[in-house]
Amino acid sequence: MNFQVNKQGYYGRFGGAYIPEMLYPNIEDLRERYLAIMNEPEFQKEFQELLQHYVGRPTPLYRAKRLSEKYNATIFLKREDLCHTGAHKINNTIGQILLAKRLGKQKIIAETGAGQHGVATATVCALMGMECIVYMGQLDMDRQRPNVERMRILGTTVVPAMSGNKTLKDATNEAMRHWINHPTDTHYIIGSVVGPHPYPDMVARFQSVISMEIRNQLQTEVGNPYPDYIIACVGGGSNAAGAFYHYLQEEHVALVGVEAAGKGVDSGESAATTALGKPGVLHGSKTLLMQTPDGQVIEPYSISAGLDYPGIGPLHAHLFDVGRVQFVSATDDEAMEAGIELSRLEGIIPAIETAHAIAALSKFEFTPDDIVVINLSGRGDKDLETYIRWGKY
Amino acid sequence: MENRITHLFKVKQQQVLSVFFTAGFPEKTDTASIAQALEAAGVDLIEIGIPFSDPIADGPTIQESNKIALDGGMTVALLLQQVADIRPTITMPIVLMGYLNPVMQYGVEKFLREAARAGVDGLILPDLPLAEYLQEYKALTEELNLSVSFLIAPTTSEERIREIDAVSTGFIYAVSSSSTTGAKAEFSPDQQAYFKRLHAMKLNHPCLIGFGISNAKTWQQANAFAAGAIVGSSFIAQLKKDKSPAAIKQFVQTLTTP
Repeated sequence: MNFQVNKQGYYGRFGGAYIPEMLYPNIEDLRERYLAIMNEPEFQKEFQELLQHYVGRPTPLYRAKRLSEKYNATIFLKREDLCHTGAHKINNTIGQILLAKRLGKQKIIAETGAGQHGVATATVCALMGMECIVYMGQLDMDRQRPNVERMRILGTTVVPAMSGNKTLKDATNEAMRHWINHPTDTHYIIGSVVGPHPYPDMVARFQSVISMEIRNQLQTEVGNPYPDYIIACVGGGSNAAGAFYHYLQEEHVALVGVEAAGKGVDSGESAATTALGKPGVLHGSKTLLMQTPDGQVIEPYSISAGLDYPGIGPLHAHLFDVGRVQFVSATDDEAMEAGIELSRLEGIIPAIETAHAIAALSKFEFTPDDIVVINLSGRGDKDLETYIRWGKY
Repeated sequence: MENRITHLFKVKQQQVLSVFFTAGFPEKTDTASIAQALEAAGVDLIEIGIPFSDPIADGPTIQESNKIALDGGMTVALLLQQVADIRPTITMPIVLMGYLNPVMQYGVEKFLREAARAGVDGLILPDLPLAEYLQEYKALTEELNLSVSFLIAPTTSEERIREIDAVSTGFIYAVSSSSTTGAKAEFSPDQQAYFKRLHAMKLNHPCLIGFGISNAKTWQQANAFAAGAIVGSSFIAQLKKDKSPAAIKQFVQTLTTP
């Protein structure tokens, strides 16, 4: 089966570019040029050098012995938390800012949920000397305070999104409105595999370095590049897209996406999109979307700001549709407990988003020979306040 | 029967005033009285907005009206019912405008058929891709005698404007500036140059200029180069203050009197 985006920008019945005309020239310009720019040798050289010397790639693939014992499997952690700025998000922002320069843009905008994408964007803007505005829901600004200040230290203007639940969806709305108002000099660095085509494909390609490295590292570690399972958390789905990308065709590798169940999938306070969503259009693409029967978007909920999104990237909607990826969910409590567990067993405090992926381990029956790769997408420094408030450690 | 929008532009090629308001704002039951007051005030065309939770092309005024309408219980089904009730009481064309998702959940085909039956004359769905419209819905809208207008913006290339002109029916919605919806005091020389450029293209369809029309000055500037203009945010702001027929009449007069 082919999992690549088609010429019209669709993955199966999902994807496309559902945008008002004011954004059409920008999206069209990007669509026409992104692949050619990404394939330029000069672009690749600059991108790879920055990934290596600035981000710190390749990130380790770490054999987690005590976690493996606990879950009766051979578990590897792909340490994206060790990337500069503390999460995988920077793989994409490095790529997009190099692209933005080649598109002739002088200013950058971004949305952020947990603040990791905002920090990663603020970082590359400082690096390239470009002006940067990040939209962030007011609620997320409160619960991810350290990341707000990190962005400000880096010289970025953080603008609170005050509409809706004041979280990631609302920040994305505001960023899109800003782009409509500043179409010529500004590039919008979307942080996940969401948005109008070509964003989902472009972001997945920039993040695909994760699965490329896993292949090489597993070859060295266990003698073949194929794990039995790859597990990653999914909000919009960029870290999962990166971790799955080079395994999509290898159907013997089980791919698992972990969504945020919040207070329970059926509690009315959840962000488990594949369980609760129906096909719809939001933020420029047709995808699975949590919505009322009248087509109004339902405000999602998760303890983790980065998973608190009512949709999912169109690639993931398609992978769910055709059964290539198994989606499970973890509640707030399961994720928090898993975060503490990883801290105690391996000395790694994960981001609460990432903790959802760890929590999925208990939902499978493994054998000791099963090779399980968990994409450890981010570190938990930004979440200390949430851990402290949760308190059970 | 001839489409009312087609007929309107046959008999009137200048100073066509279209007014946008959000269905169910400020109250769920206001749609009919506002439409009737607008016709009595001499407005040529109304665009009724289908409220949506995430209106990314709209500024704060229309965003707020969407939220209030949804909180008040406005739905697509109710709006279609209201249009059917209003239709016999007014003669001007009725256009429904909205984001795609609520229409998609209702069922696009079902929506088109029921809109036509209710007496809707035209549609504007700004985030419906042109290609999808041509492939999936154009034949049906023609069969149902519904006109479909598309947006163009200052950044739209001439080639694409021609493409949009070729597939539009009714009128073209010319967005005045690179911006979300919202009132402006006047149009800049750049914007006026864009209106002039559009005018010089001699398109097959009349253009109505929208976004930023808020007073006599912007109304006149728009009319200098287009068939007319669309007023939205400033009318919503008026409804918030005073939605009485007298106030609506006064609003229209102030706007159109130099």
